Amino acid sequence: MPAPIRLRELIRTIRTARTQAEEREMIQKECAAIRSSFREEDNTYRCRNVAKLLYMHMLGYPAHFGQLECLKLIASQKFTDKRIGYLGAMLLLDERQDVHLLMTNCIKNDLNHSTQYVQGLALCTLGCMGSSEMCRDLAGEVEKLLKTSNSYLRKKAALCAVHVIRKVPELMEMFLPATKNLLSEKNHGVLHTSVVLLTEMCERSPDMLAHFRKLVPQLVRILKNLIMSGYSPEHDVSGISDPFLQVRILRLLRILGKSDDDSSEAMNDILAQVATNTETSKNVGNAILYETVLTIMDIKSESGLRVLAINILGRFLLNNDKNIRYVALTSLLKTVQTDHNAVQRHRSTIVDCLKDLDVSIKRRAMELSFALVNGNNIRGMMKELLYFLDSCDPEFKADCASGVFLAAEKYAPSKRWHIDTIMRVLTTAGSYVRDDSVPNLIQLITNSVEMHAYTVQRLYKALLDDISQQPLVQVASWCIGEYGDLLVSGQCEEEEPIQVTEDEVLDVLEGLLVSNLSTPVTRGYALTAIMKLSTRFSSVNRIKKVVSIYGSSIDVELQQRAVEYNALFKKYDHMRPALLERMPIMEKTATNGPTEIVQTNGETEPSAVEPKHPPPVTQPANQANDLLDLLGGNDVVSVIQPTMPTKPASAGGELLDLLGDLSLSGGPAPAPAPSVPTSQPSFLLDGLSSPPLFNDIAAAGIPPMTAYNKNGLKIDFTFERANPNPNIAVITIHASNSTEADMTDFVFQAAVPKTFQLQLLSPSSNVVPALNQGTVTQVIRVLNPQKQQLRMRIKLTYTHKGSPVQDLAEVNNFPPQSWQ
Amino acid sequence: MQFMLLFSRQGKLRLQKWYVPLSDKERKKISRDLVQTILARKPKMCSFLEWRDLKIVYKRYASLYFCCAVEDQDNELITLEIIHRYVELLDKYFGSVCELDIIFNFEKAYFILDEFLLGGEAQETSKKNVLKAIEQADLLQERWPACWHCWSAVVICS
Repeated sequence: MPAPIRLRELIRTIRTARTQAEEREMIQKECAAIRSSFREEDNTYRCRNVAKLLYMHMLGYPAHFGQLECLKLIASQKFTDKRIGYLGAMLLLDERQDVHLLMTNCIKNDLNHSTQYVQGLALCTLGCMGSSEMCRDLAGEVEKLLKTSNSYLRKKAALCAVHVIRKVPELMEMFLPATKNLLSEKNHGVLHTSVVLLTEMCERSPDMLAHFRKLVPQLVRILKNLIMSGYSPEHDVSGISDPFLQVRILRLLRILGKSDDDSSEAMNDILAQVATNTETSKNVGNAILYETVLTIMDIKSESGLRVLAINILGRFLLNNDKNIRYVALTSLLKTVQTDHNAVQRHRSTIVDCLKDLDVSIKRRAMELSFALVNGNNIRGMMKELLYFLDSCDPEFKADCASGVFLAAEKYAPSKRWHIDTIMRVLTTAGSYVRDDSVPNLIQLITNSVEMHAYTVQRLYKALLDDISQQPLVQVASWCIGEYGDLLVSGQCEEEEPIQVTEDEVLDVLEGLLVSNLSTPVTRGYALTAIMKLSTRFSSVNRIKKVVSIYGSSIDVELQQRAVEYNALFKKYDHMRPALLERMPIMEKTATNGPTEIVQTNGETEPSAVEPKHPPPVTQPANQANDLLDLLGGNDVVSVIQPTMPTKPASAGGELLDLLGDLSLSGGPAPAPAPSVPTSQPSFLLDGLSSPPLFNDIAAAGIPPMTAYNKNGLKIDFTFERANPNPNIAVITIHASNSTEADMTDFVFQAAVPKTFQLQLLSPSSNVVPALNQGTVTQVIRVLNPQKQQLRMRIKLTYTHKGSPVQDLAEVNNFPPQSWQ
Repeated sequence: MQFMLLFSRQGKLRLQKWYVPLSDKERKKISRDLVQTILARKPKMCSFLEWRDLKIVYKRYASLYFCCAVEDQDNELITLEIIHRYVELLDKYFGSVCELDIIFNFEKAYFILDEFLLGGEAQETSKKNVLKAIEQADLLQERWPACWHCWSAVVICS
């Protein structure tokens, strides 16, 4: 058989291929040749063949048949073979396959080889890809080499030890004796790797950290020498002596000085010295300054030093190099909480960064700007942020809008300013505003009583301009429905009142109903607004006509509403004024105010529930208000409607007949029409007339319980009694996920025996975040008139790591207080 | 450092060094996605980005992109210096290095990298020492393929 072609020749040949297919053909041909060569157990050319295989592997072709050959090369006596063999091992072998363990013995031998370059190869390979088993077997050898006087080997052994410790943390102790005089080395390579090793040990073990604190003076000395020493050509980078070592020492000092006064004091001077003397014209100097700043901010440094650090960051912000600006903003973001005032001084520079071209810089500048907003600078900052909102990329708009709302809420200097700001956001970034801001804004507007006329006027004018941005349109429709009378009567004090007639207003609202731009939710808002105007406007006939037309709308939501409103006009006309009167001021509950804006999928349900609960009045009005809740209140609920049982108690929503004999309420299906009030089961009215559901009324200390705990998904139940009906148990489920991957499309369903009725409200979210970073909550209401023992079957479905998961479980361990 | 990738402007991988255990399939996927992401960036953008849950530092030298994935607590600016140092080493070794050198001598590029970094950290901060070690190892390879007992006591570093 002719000698296999040389590596370079193969590379040249493959590069002449003009198409992918041609290349593939060449590769296949060569692979076949290599395979037969391997079969012949040819020692001479094994090295060459494996090298070629590695090249083809890099191009993306499979090369696993070369794995054993790499092992043979490693075992060879020739240095060339070993070099390529180890390289092949690092590229082709996977620690998850057992075949890599065959290397262990070779590495062991090579670690004790007489030639340091062979030892070096072994150390390098072990330190790069050694599995835990290999590390366990060979840790002793590494430890031995850590004590050698050969600096070439010592530095490699140190980093190899770092890898061993990362793989098998329990072995850390065995390296402790060898660290004794690592820092007395003159050799920079050994110093650098020793500092890395010490850092790793201190990060992993508080005991080690305490033990190594005594090294602080020595580290300070080394650092000082590096700075003060003259030009050393060997380690010089742009006039700075061994920046790599300097940075590593600074990082180790950071770890040692954190939460320790004495150590922090011992390093104060050197930090100040580095901070002031380092040359900043090149990246390398700035790299050292950056590390210094991080260290100063993390240890217990005196305030003067901290101010110095922040000022360095401020200077970074003005640097032409965008990389420097980026790290500055990142660091400032970390320190803005603790050193707020110092960072404030750089506010204008930070705000300028909003105009930067780089996306990452803009994002950081935005986050930082929001963190810096306070009562004093709100007007100026908001101007900049709104300008940013106008011109930024769509990916920012949602976050920016939420941030603006939050800031405005906290620091608005006046109600008018607040409303104006909201208007500005809605008109410029309206389509990006999060859905849950709509109910929050409505609540805000309701509570700014003196601004109603101004608000509705501005919103009306905005609608005339543009009806494409749904959140804006929804808020505007709602306002017009509520305050339309103020609009036509021209009562505005804040600005020039506009002349508008009832017909013009109705034209606009009807326009929304027919427009293609309006979503079904928006249409719902519009129709309800029109209906409300029937008690505020005089053109009732027109409204009656519109409402009756939609009684036969294809859209079920609209049809339902129209039918109900029609009924209002006909049978319940006497109730209409009371039903449609002005909304009272909504109370913000402590648990879920609009401050939750920034959370997506946040407590939408609770904040939407508030409008449903006007203060309890006398009986008839009670009923009337409940109907209002169903009609008006539902407008602000998120799109997923909670399921409500229809009037026949036995029907109990046979939407999903999962479990045969148990009656059941399922997940997010749209509500079938709750029928006319008087025939509603008392359950529903009682439930809704209770004061805010999520406040803790008479929880009567019912202990919580864990209902389900399997595969990392844990579901806890907490209990409350719904006032005033003691037959209703209100259960809140809390789903948490302790695995490392999120559970998405999470749906919780429950079923109860026939003697019970069950109502499942909307969940807070359908993603259970990994590692217990958050919970999904959902409210279940169980009516138990016969006071029977509560039992429940639950069904869970979710997607985890790409695969769907489904599970059924029975919950029988309800505490007796929950159903007695 | 978790890994380092070198790739051309057409997205062809010229070197891949992985310091974390991942299967071939996972490596391929990460490489492909990351290369696409970086190639899509405009020249004026900064050298750092957050990608998946990694910090990426990259820099272009002529027709080659040098890209590293570092840990959260790693200093991005010094990583740029690490990349630069590696390029300098290649340059010194090959004499005005260009992409073709790395294509045709990829194994040498790996050897040099392995004398500079170990397990993702710098093992030698002196350019001179790294180059000397490579030189000696090359000599060992060429001159004494079978008999090398003579080299047992060589000590390079001062």
